[in-house]
Amino acid sequence: MASIVIEKPGFLSTVQDLGRFGFQRYGMPVAGAMDAFSLQLANSLVGNPHGAAGIEATLLGPDIRFISGGMAAFCGSGMRGFLNNKHVDAYKSFSVSAGDLLRFEMDRCGCRMYIAFAGGLDVPVVMGSKSTYLRSGTGGFHGRALKEGDEIPLGQAPEKCPIKEIPASLLPDYAKKDPIRIIPGPEIRRLSKEGLISLLTTPYRVGDQSDRMGYRLEGEKINLNNESHDIISSGVCTGTLQLPGNGQPIMLMADHQTTGGYMRMAVVASVDLTRAAQLRAGDSICFAEISINKAQTLFRARNRELACLTNNKPDTSPGSRPPS
Amino acid sequence: MFGYFPCGDATLIVKAGRDISPATNQLVRKLLYCLDERPLPGVSEVIPSYNELLVCYDPLQTDCQQLKNQIQLIEPDLDMVELPLPARVVIYVCYGGELGPDLSEVARYNGLREEEVVDLHTSVDYPVYMLGFTPGFCYLGGMDKRLSTPRKTTPRIKIPAGSVGIAEAQTGIYPIESPGGWQLIGRTPAELFNPKRENVFLVNPGDIIRFKSITLDVFFEMKRQVQSQL
Repeated sequence: MASIVIEKPGFLSTVQDLGRFGFQRYGMPVAGAMDAFSLQLANSLVGNPHGAAGIEATLLGPDIRFISGGMAAFCGSGMRGFLNNKHVDAYKSFSVSAGDLLRFEMDRCGCRMYIAFAGGLDVPVVMGSKSTYLRSGTGGFHGRALKEGDEIPLGQAPEKCPIKEIPASLLPDYAKKDPIRIIPGPEIRRLSKEGLISLLTTPYRVGDQSDRMGYRLEGEKINLNNESHDIISSGVCTGTLQLPGNGQPIMLMADHQTTGGYMRMAVVASVDLTRAAQLRAGDSICFAEISINKAQTLFRARNRELACLTNNKPDTSPGSRPPS
Repeated sequence: MFGYFPCGDATLIVKAGRDISPATNQLVRKLLYCLDERPLPGVSEVIPSYNELLVCYDPLQTDCQQLKNQIQLIEPDLDMVELPLPARVVIYVCYGGELGPDLSEVARYNGLREEEVVDLHTSVDYPVYMLGFTPGFCYLGGMDKRLSTPRKTTPRIKIPAGSVGIAEAQTGIYPIESPGGWQLIGRTPAELFNPKRENVFLVNPGDIIRFKSITLDVFFEMKRQVQSQL
């Protein structure tokens, strides 16, 4: 049976697909790839359904030994890949032989790389998804981050792969320091005029206590009109910018709790979650306002292009629904 | 009746009221029930809370305006919707001792004896307003005000799964091991969250919970049974 072996786990490598949907009403986070777009690109390069399970590597990538031959690809940022010590490009598929070693070196910027294997990682489907949710030890490879010696089986590889590389128009430019675009949230009116100016014109640093649950942002305190930071505990979505009492925003990411009691100041546009997912602690970001219509138009355009890559039939594999 | 608020480009908030009350929450659950019975196209999931329903949608298939129009069509009929009778879930708890190290503190703070705390905690129905925080964590209403106790000044780093606690006017059960500052008065052998079980979650929004006191021996016997069922 086809498989891979983790020889070194890297900093934090987990099995992820597009997430576990339908259980948020029970308090179960969606989890899934932080940068879902990059996972979809990587899957399209090896002929997988876009939502097949791959490895999400963080900052320091894993060393992966191939036990059998096949195709692989990686997309995202934060590291450079080497196959048997020869550099291989991201955003291009490559064939591997049994015994080959894929390893990664840390890059200057970026944070997460998505490694896809033809056939996908064959781990059990738990509650409709193969994603790892670390806090409750659910899904993925035994509910945990990958460790040295883990052997992960691969699924049946597709017969052919329609594309070899991602066209330039779909390549995300992570190096560009464009602002992250945000849509005003349901409690935005609580901000004072000065608070709104702080949010939209001053930079925020991604704090050291940032992880798959969310980023703590540090910068100019965001002030409110004479109002409370708290709301009645309510549902929250990925990309929500909460504002707790200290005036420093929290950006909710893939493993975020399903409900929260801090005001929802704004929400990151879906199309910019891919860049948000590539931020690392210490990075500086700015925000700019975007309308819902504009954000949805951009998201739809990118997804049309993604769908065209492979002319995929509607994808019905577990965890393959697009993140909403 | 409802307020509609977009929340990003893939979520619509439907607000049923501005308070924590059985009436507002029932309205939320009535709409949830309707949307479960007849799902709207493009809606990936719906998350109820005390006074809101968060409607998550796929912007490739629908948008806020369309969803709002569709939900507004349901609104007038909501009064007639009869919710299924809430399930009554009994949660067995071994109070005090090692499994409930803060029972004495809760008693002392409220000027009660430990047995009185247990009596008050086991003598009322707790409606499940919503779930959140961790998988399977229930936000319960109904606790007797005489049990209100502030959180611990220093939160614990690890609270075992099944711990039953009090924080201010709230009581709750920790479904998975997590950090937290609640006053722990006991522990249940029941698993509120178990992905290996057919019903992954023991409790649904809208259910009614009742606590029953058990001895340490019964706790371990029930714990053994729960684990052997897997």
